[in-house]
Amino acid sequence: MTEVRFTVNGTAQCVEVEPRLTLADMLREECGLTGTHLGCEHGVCGACTVLMDGLPVRSCLVFGVQAEGAEIRTVEGLAAADGTLNVLQRAFQAQHGLQCGFCTPGFLMLATWLLEQKEGVDEARLREVLASNLCRCTGYQNILAAVRVAAQEIRVWREG
Amino acid sequence: MNWVGRRLPRSEDPPLLRGEGRYVPDIAIGARAVRFLRSPVAAGRILALRPPAEMPPGCLFVTGADMAGVQPIKPGLRRFNYRAVEQPVLPTERVHFVGQAIAAMVAPSAALAEDLLETCELDIAAEDPVVGFDAALTPGAPLVHPIAPGNVAVEGELRPEGFAETLAAAAHVVEFAFRSGRQSAMPLEGRGGVAEYDRATGRIRLSASAQMPHQLRTGIAQLLGMPEADLQVIAPDVGGGFGQKIALLPEYPVLVWLARKHRGRFAWVEDRNENLIASAHSRDQRHALRAGFDAEGRLLALEADILADVGAFSVFPTTCAVEPLMALAEYPGPYKVPAYAVRARGVLTHTCPMAPYRGVSRPVITFGIERLMDRAAAVLGLAPDEIRRRNLHDAFPARSATGMVLDEASYIEALDEAMRILDVPAFRARQEAARAEGRYLGLGLSVFNERTGYGTPAFAARSMDVVPGYEVVDIAMLPSGEVEARIGSSPHGQGLRTTLSQIIADRLGLDPGAIRIIHGDTDRTPYGWGSFASRSLVIGGGACQVAADRLADKLRRGAARLLQCEPSEVALRDGQAVAGAASMPIAELARLAHQRSELLSDAIGFNLAETGQYDPGGTFSNACHAAIVEVEAETGHVRVERYLVVEDAGRIINPMIADGQVQGGVAQGIANALFEEVIYAPDGTPLTGTLADYTPPTCAEIPEIEIHHLETISEATITGAKGLGEGGSIGAPAAIVNAISDALSPFGVDVAEFPATPPRIRALIRGRAPRA
Repeated sequence: MTEVRFTVNGTAQCVEVEPRLTLADMLREECGLTGTHLGCEHGVCGACTVLMDGLPVRSCLVFGVQAEGAEIRTVEGLAAADGTLNVLQRAFQAQHGLQCGFCTPGFLMLATWLLEQKEGVDEARLREVLASNLCRCTGYQNILAAVRVAAQEIRVWREG
Repeated sequence: MNWVGRRLPRSEDPPLLRGEGRYVPDIAIGARAVRFLRSPVAAGRILALRPPAEMPPGCLFVTGADMAGVQPIKPGLRRFNYRAVEQPVLPTERVHFVGQAIAAMVAPSAALAEDLLETCELDIAAEDPVVGFDAALTPGAPLVHPIAPGNVAVEGELRPEGFAETLAAAAHVVEFAFRSGRQSAMPLEGRGGVAEYDRATGRIRLSASAQMPHQLRTGIAQLLGMPEADLQVIAPDVGGGFGQKIALLPEYPVLVWLARKHRGRFAWVEDRNENLIASAHSRDQRHALRAGFDAEGRLLALEADILADVGAFSVFPTTCAVEPLMALAEYPGPYKVPAYAVRARGVLTHTCPMAPYRGVSRPVITFGIERLMDRAAAVLGLAPDEIRRRNLHDAFPARSATGMVLDEASYIEALDEAMRILDVPAFRARQEAARAEGRYLGLGLSVFNERTGYGTPAFAARSMDVVPGYEVVDIAMLPSGEVEARIGSSPHGQGLRTTLSQIIADRLGLDPGAIRIIHGDTDRTPYGWGSFASRSLVIGGGACQVAADRLADKLRRGAARLLQCEPSEVALRDGQAVAGAASMPIAELARLAHQRSELLSDAIGFNLAETGQYDPGGTFSNACHAAIVEVEAETGHVRVERYLVVEDAGRIINPMIADGQVQGGVAQGIANALFEEVIYAPDGTPLTGTLADYTPPTCAEIPEIEIHHLETISEATITGAKGLGEGGSIGAPAAIVNAISDALSPFGVDVAEFPATPPRIRALIRGRAPRA
């Protein structure tokens, strides 16, 4: 077992894990953060996307021990402490950007990263980045709409 | 205030958006992990099966021999020469497909269980497998099951007298033979379950990622010979199903057996490879069509020979007949077919079994008849829309060639509306100009109807041992005035909590926020069927309406007593019971009904609970889909430039959710049309065991989907709604492939297979020069 120290959503964590445990399993099983979902465990679907030191990663393809010293952000960190949804989450609800909800945390984290990029977002960039992840329910249209609306609301949207 | 018809945001969403949903893998944490040893060969005899020599503490190895006395899975059907194939929960003698579960390994962690599986002893004498139609139907082929001669598990045939003469007399006979690739519903969350023994009661609670919790409970109790009352099945948040999670597959009875026998908590979370090779597949079909048209392009006779690969077993409760028999019953679709002859066979092979998948056979039969219409249009020199217009039903109710009653619909109106929106002359000009530059654009149509919301009578006609259909809703108003509606249906992403609350709110004059929909728990909901076959909003919604109306009557009787008027004078609106100038809050009425019953009990009894039941005969929604694609001749790549849906699902309860269903359905249909296929090697080894091989599309491949609604209010349902969950998937393969064929018409080729992948398109046009 190996000790790993890192932060999740700003909270310090110290867990002991087998070196082969993935970051996704470590978050889910050791930290109790089950909002990060596993859709394929081979890095294709992106449902397990979290932010690691500011970059989106497939947490099924990262070992937990690689998170030593890292800042991790997960879906549980998006809403306010009282549960109030943030701009992006509200847009997903308003635009019907989710159905079964299983892929949603991965899309939310991917989009969170995209909206924080200083160059802003246009239509081509939106589609390029969101094509990283799979959704089986929505047909994507409303996911794209949700991120577009959120980008407009926080004024990072650029008309192509 | 009318809630029906509004784009009400979903009450389901906030917890899911916060990562607070509870799916089976979340419930599984801390349970003893179960992994399955799966067959590496398609067919063979088990010679030896042993656990590792050293089993660490806390680990168990369970085989079929340990589970002696457990019954095999054996769904029944009483017609169509159905062969009652049995599937042992864990086989002791033979294996029948790659991925079939043979034994279960239990360990404190899934990783350790998988390590232990590596060192199990499994010796199988491999036999020649039967893979594909030709291998299965060759005379003298090995039999997948001795009970099914010729490897035919089910066979239906209809052939009206004089059919051959009718066909022979036709001015034009058009043929079309095609194949549809095997596909997976591929829900983003795989299957999985957690079975937990409760020492206080001796009961088992199974949480399963399932679409039919009540059927799972009944089925497992029967297999294990345990009291059904000792089993509670919960479908928590379910990460998509699309039909695949209807099936009672072997892993669930193993989990319940373990929990009972070892009085503990056991979890299995399917991985993606298991989902792609060992959860159910669908759509592996081969059809040959012949159609006779008169000189004006009117269909006189249609003949269909249908083969459906059903894999190695028959899935409970739908049976392996569901695909071939649906194709048999529904091929004529929205068209007038005076004479229809059909033979449909379900063919056993050494491959993964089949379950319903969004649309079941209708994406395939719609592909068949819509490609046929385009071929006939070319032969007759008619425009694709015109030949359809000449053949669509236009007077209702109509009766289909197989006796189904088609209720009022808008087949021709939807087609006309699509043509109006498309501006075909402008497209043809653009197509011509593009061809001059070596670019190939095509326009494809797909017109279809979708039988939805069908209850017991329709299913009873199929003669299955398990006949689905009705739904029951128990509704109760609490002393606070809030309403709980317990439904037998079990949603998994469709937003039923929101839409059903809209229906109930209107009947009771309440805000939807005051209404809780309780589902997916056999302890807390009435016996019912679940969500499949585009039925839950129609049938579950109808039962909600019946229940709410009965509760409203009770509330009016109570209010009339307190307001000193007649019940017929009381209106329920905006949370108030109103009679002329007098009114009272409904919540106050609810409190008095429960806590001051002496005031009301002679009018309404002692509670505010009612039951609603609903079992409709069924209705047909309909749509016209149109796709514009560009095919790149060098690569075979297809880009979907435009996708249009004009659809009619009757009264729309929540347009936002309805559009979401259509968009998601079309996306799956485009995926089925262009990208996705489960591929087997000739020896029965699946070659598409990851999502990187199965290649579901991303948002880069799926276009914006334009949706236009017509609303033919159904008289066949009490809400006026028709189901629409499957329609998107039904229409898309035909529209896309018709568009590809139109694009490639200068090459003189015709696409007769889906998915129409780039290699297949390249193979079609290789060595052919486009006509000028």
